[in-house]
Amino acid sequence: MHNKSVAELSAGLQKGEFSSEELTQAYLERIETLDKNLNSFITVTAEQALTAARNADQMRQAGKAGSLTGIPVAQKDIFCTEGVRTSCGSKMLDNFISPYNATVVERLNAAGMVMLGKTNMDEFAMGSSNENSYYGPVRNPWDQKAVPGGSSGGSAAAVAAQIAPLATGTDTGGSIRQPASLCGVTGLKPTYGRISRYGMIAFASSLDQAGPLARSAEDAAMVLNAMAGFDPHDSTSVDREVPDYTANLTESIEGLRIGLPAEFFAEGLDDGIANVIQAALKEYEKMGAKLVDISLPNSGLSVPTYYVVAPAECSSNLSRFDGVRFGYRCDDPLDLEDLYKRSRGEGFGAEVKRRIMIGTYALSAGYYDAYYLKAQQLRRLISDDFRQAFEQVDVIMGPTAPSVAFDIGEKSDDPVSMYLSDIYTIAVNLAGLPGMSIPAGFVDNRPVGLQVIGNYFTESRLLNVAHQYQLATNWHRQVPPGYE
Amino acid sequence: MSLDADEVDKIAHLARLAIDDKDVPEYATNLSNILELVEQMSAVDTTGVEPMAHPLELAQRLREDEVSESNQREHFQECAPKVERGLYLVPKVIE
Repeated sequence: MHNKSVAELSAGLQKGEFSSEELTQAYLERIETLDKNLNSFITVTAEQALTAARNADQMRQAGKAGSLTGIPVAQKDIFCTEGVRTSCGSKMLDNFISPYNATVVERLNAAGMVMLGKTNMDEFAMGSSNENSYYGPVRNPWDQKAVPGGSSGGSAAAVAAQIAPLATGTDTGGSIRQPASLCGVTGLKPTYGRISRYGMIAFASSLDQAGPLARSAEDAAMVLNAMAGFDPHDSTSVDREVPDYTANLTESIEGLRIGLPAEFFAEGLDDGIANVIQAALKEYEKMGAKLVDISLPNSGLSVPTYYVVAPAECSSNLSRFDGVRFGYRCDDPLDLEDLYKRSRGEGFGAEVKRRIMIGTYALSAGYYDAYYLKAQQLRRLISDDFRQAFEQVDVIMGPTAPSVAFDIGEKSDDPVSMYLSDIYTIAVNLAGLPGMSIPAGFVDNRPVGLQVIGNYFTESRLLNVAHQYQLATNWHRQVPPGYE
Repeated sequence: MSLDADEVDKIAHLARLAIDDKDVPEYATNLSNILELVEQMSAVDTTGVEPMAHPLELAQRLREDEVSESNQREHFQECAPKVERGLYLVPKVIE
């Protein structure tokens, strides 16, 4: 059953070939045997999953089933789940049983989906390798020595290993697309505001956006239908109609104008990756697309800009963790300041502390103009580059990441080299645009992702463009050895 | 931009983070490297560029000033480290 697409699973449930309880049991057994090694789940909610599956089966018998009813899903441990630990990959929240559900969780529950558990992630979504988790690193199913990418590393690894048919993720600077690329799965970061952030533990609020990780664009489209939509609980949620994202998948892409930014193919890109991306572009030409050379002249400054904006917002957001209302509290505080300082010092990991300090510094008196204001001005220039590009082209393509999955430990002592893993994904978050990563080949037996970037609210177009490629190629169907 | 140990201590204090003395040199090195990366921003002249605070630049949505939530204090305090009679407990702040 675990080899089937979500559409096939949905059809199987509808025809009565298997029940949701059987399907859920099958995935739970795969998690039990295969995840000991991968470490892609922080919490497996087996009992609740089987109860939810039986409810889904009853919904179906009552004639109330939708296309996702009874389909299992893994939730990134950044989404609050009522009654279930929501750790965000941190010691700070190791004891946190959320008193409410995130809107994404509510929406998928309402669609009748069955949550298998909570996936591993870099602490507070800060990282590109999943090594910053309090619960230990996740292994890449394609190579035990390699990282799965991050921060949604557990979600990407679980989908790649087929121990979950679908997973949720969040993407602040590439945290859906980069692990999707490194694990060989399909990941979509929608337009900022498309999916509610309510109950999604905040990292950098002007950049954070949730999205699906799946084995194909079609599967991603099905779950995006349930995730997207206006939410009065999120002040930046966009009140705009949600189309049926599966409706345009089969449209021809004849005449599609694909922009290729010179900056995405310049120095720093691995030769093997460049070859894989060129082969994918040839495939698109065969389908009738036109390649157009474009430039995003300020995109080279997206990493420095991001490492002011994101830490500044994180230093503010993470000030809520004070050892008083929820989360970790140090033992025997001497006074209130000692309570704050030691609870935070002991509860947060090194990378989180670094980013809080960078943000605190950038926002402190005397430095605000040089750092934060400057970064916001550059954000405007980076965003304007995309606006101009989309006057000439329909989508933009390039690599998702500059290299394939690196080895565990290879970059963990060098934050700046880790940050450069996201050089092609970060600009998209600064502009608030939608972006995808789809599997396009391999280098040294490790997966390579093709990034597809669209204009605001063109998720349907992106999914169509990705689906057409997946009809013509088999890269998305590859399964890591041992997980067939 | 290079940070020394005193500056790291000062920033850690502003951020209310206890940092072990033995870890300060490593933080100083890493934070300095990150700031060096950030310094690349100065390569572009941004005089007169309107700062962009938010990707969608929509006006903040307003709603009627009506009660929309019920009181769930006990439920929300279940996950608190220390509460008594509905109050969060902290070390004594007034002598």
